[in-house]
Amino acid sequence: MNTEESTRDEAQMIASILDGDTEEYHKLVKPYELSVYRMALSFMRNESDAEDVAQEAFLSAFRNLAKFRGQAKFSTWLISITLNEARRRLRRQGLVQMRSLDEGPGETARISPALLRDWREIPSETLERKEICEMLREGIDRLSPIYREVLLLRDVEELSIEQTASALTISTASVRVRLHRARLMLQKDLAPKLKAATPMRRWFR
Amino acid sequence: MIIECKHVWNYISDYLDDSLSPATRDLIQRHLEHCEICSAILDSTRNILVLTADNRVFELPVGFSDRLHARLAREIGR
Repeated sequence: MNTEESTRDEAQMIASILDGDTEEYHKLVKPYELSVYRMALSFMRNESDAEDVAQEAFLSAFRNLAKFRGQAKFSTWLISITLNEARRRLRRQGLVQMRSLDEGPGETARISPALLRDWREIPSETLERKEICEMLREGIDRLSPIYREVLLLRDVEELSIEQTASALTISTASVRVRLHRARLMLQKDLAPKLKAATPMRRWFR
Repeated sequence: MIIECKHVWNYISDYLDDSLSPATRDLIQRHLEHCEICSAILDSTRNILVLTADNRVFELPVGFSDRLHARLAREIGR
């Protein structure tokens, strides 16, 4: 998540908005645009639906702002609203049943990681290559929904285990189990592909 | 005490989250010191998660922000 959030007083901003200063809402949500869009995209899987869901989530958060009690961080609350909005949209599209058939390996099956003898750190500059970003997006997309959502909340949006559990209304024990499996499945899928796509002598070019 | 690779894999996620008990963490660490496969699994998992979290992986569509704020202005006022 964006680091701007830590240097500003969101409680104060929210109080001003509730007092009628709606301009302040634009500033409040600015740092969270990518987070909200990214979560919406992971559910909707096409950019245009994801953008609609994101817009609806920001509007819904505004309309429900008086109900935000500050018991969670605003960003966590906003993400929960985004998840609800995405689920509502999927239900309307009748896609929920179809997706639930595709839960991937059962929750108790053991996941074995990709076995590699050596791993040379892939530096983040490698992400300048569009095909590497795409490889990572596709890897996340191949995870079934229950694994994709915990991985995104915990490892991409950097929520704590507790915040992830509360955003998904599941227990912290379930978060830990799913997260473990999601991380290993991603490693199993992506480690060999990334290794092949980043031969050592080209890394620093 | 010696721990097998398969058992080490069960702890990778908790190891990354630093949520293991000191005794288990110590056990895993000692295994990692001499097992290049488990070390590579741990390093690659951590590396992939760091890359995935980078803001360059998912980008906002062009004009997303303008369209969002125009809609917010329209529906909630400025």
